[in-house]
Amino acid sequence: MNATVLEVRDLRTHFGQAKAVDGVSFSVARGDVLGLVGESGSGKSVTGFSIIGLVDPPGTIVGGQIVFDGRDITRSSREEMRALRGRRMAMIFQDPMMTLNPVLRIDTQMIEAVQAHENVSRMDARARARDALGMVGIPSPDERLQAYPHQFSGGMRQRVVIAIALLHRPDFIIADEPTTALDVTIQAQILAEMQKLVAQNNTSLIWITHDLAVVSRLADRIAVMYAGRIVESGPVSDVLARPLHPYTAGLIDSVPSRNRRGERLRQIPGMAPSVARLPAGCAFAPRCARADAVCAQAVPLLTAGPREHRCVHPLPELRA
Amino acid sequence: MTAAVVRRLLQAVMVMFAMTVIVFIAINVIGDPVDILISPDADQIERARVVQALGLDLPLWQQYLRFLWAALHGDLGESYVYNEPAIRVILQRLPATLELAISAILIAIVVGVPLGLYAGLRPDGILSRVIMTVSILGFSLPTFWVGLVLIMFFGVQLGWLPSGGRGQTAELFGVQWAFLTKDGLAHLILPAVNLALFDACLILRLTRAGVAEVLPLDFIKFARAKGLRETRVIGVHVSKNIMIPVVTIIGLEFGSIVAFSVVTESVFSWPGMGKLIIDSINVLDRPIITAYLMAIVAFFVMINLVVDLTYTALDPRVRLQGEGP
Repeated sequence: MNATVLEVRDLRTHFGQAKAVDGVSFSVARGDVLGLVGESGSGKSVTGFSIIGLVDPPGTIVGGQIVFDGRDITRSSREEMRALRGRRMAMIFQDPMMTLNPVLRIDTQMIEAVQAHENVSRMDARARARDALGMVGIPSPDERLQAYPHQFSGGMRQRVVIAIALLHRPDFIIADEPTTALDVTIQAQILAEMQKLVAQNNTSLIWITHDLAVVSRLADRIAVMYAGRIVESGPVSDVLARPLHPYTAGLIDSVPSRNRRGERLRQIPGMAPSVARLPAGCAFAPRCARADAVCAQAVPLLTAGPREHRCVHPLPELRA
Repeated sequence: MTAAVVRRLLQAVMVMFAMTVIVFIAINVIGDPVDILISPDADQIERARVVQALGLDLPLWQQYLRFLWAALHGDLGESYVYNEPAIRVILQRLPATLELAISAILIAIVVGVPLGLYAGLRPDGILSRVIMTVSILGFSLPTFWVGLVLIMFFGVQLGWLPSGGRGQTAELFGVQWAFLTKDGLAHLILPAVNLALFDACLILRLTRAGVAEVLPLDFIKFARAKGLRETRVIGVHVSKNIMIPVVTIIGLEFGSIVAFSVVTESVFSWPGMGKLIIDSINVLDRPIITAYLMAIVAFFVMINLVVDLTYTALDPRVRLQGEGP
């Protein structure tokens, strides 16, 4: 096992009454890929923004620790966080059409990213930018540096964004559904590219997604989030093959390709609860077939070998 | 690019031509200048002589053609009152209006943009609320009233600033300017502030709305995720995105200020074009009115062209028609 790069301990990020993230813990080893999976509103993006210190107001981190480089960065000053962002940690967003500033040229946006952290000349910064574009597979990078974002396709834009994220070879990158907005063919290219690049740079990756297929291809470990908590985590092959938490099982069953032809598509009954009014016990209990009176009490984190889960009635290890 | 500019210029000529028709007809409706030009005790022969000299005895369409022909040769007629070419009379007054308008728009930008940025960045702050409330007052109060209050307060009560006229002027490029002398500058302050008030508030509110719109967008978040300093995020990433509507308004309002500084110029007896046009309408000095309107139209068309060109510099996605993709 490699050294831990990032450890999140009992993170709580609340938006007033809404407990968007409520006691999330996980750690990422150097060079590892963690898939953070969940439905919309499960708190996975907020977790990502909490780590890089860019939670939108009124959201605030009300508890827990984010340990990076041996210190709790939730206590870092704004300037300390700024110095970390982009240099030691990076984030990639969902929509490449919206991530780059439409009125600034690519070179401007890349050079400023270099110069934000290193005292280098414009020429040197530009050379770095050009190399980074070449690295992510953008043809004739010298020319493309002069272009504006609207002159790129969606896939190319996401490559530019990835190049910016990799400029300073960060310790880890948080990727918030970076392929969701792209065509499937482009999606596969970007995934492969990303996998190659993080392996080359020994960068850890936290891949936030709702797409289990992507996670199964890319991730080493998976953490499943539901209503602001991680309900299950473990090595990706184990969790996907033998889910312990009924929610994970429901999520896996909801993937259309797993349903038989002619059968009704399976879904999890009910709706995800509002994070403003969470039940005291297991948040999934109202939708769960296995729930009983015990589930109304707070569920501690249970461990089973390399795996962790929050369910008092875990599914049997072997499933057809 | 050149093709687009040429096309715009052709459009401008069409607009100018349409304007001559409208102005010429409208001005005939206002009233007969003969009644004012000729003393009531002049006899019929004298009266007929003047009418003929001014060409007012011809049918309207002939008068129009004569006017158009002369206009094409750069002659917009001779002022009945000043006995000088109308265009020269107007150009003599132009610098006064221009320096007033430029001062006003500069004040509006310098006050409006930073305050708008501030209010946009701290939408819930007390100071932001104060700024926004005052700005509503700023463009609701009638200009003439604000002008009178300014005169009352700074001119009469405190006695700090002169409240009428243009003061001393100095020559630059063969033109007399007030802002070059200390006295002229003092005379300029009150009318410029008066004229700037409305636009400062307009620019302020526009800037604030732009900031509120741009700030939550992903590219701002990404700029921060790159580790950029806040000054750069606001100063470059936010500012450049909100400049388009602000530049539009600055352009349009600059034209309006020049054209309609009438009220302020009257209140502060500033000897500019606005005051000239009011005086000319009172005495039905047709050539001056016509020449003034033509000049203003030309001015507006020019400003719009400049604004369009500025867009292409500000937003790469905007390309002028005729330039291709």
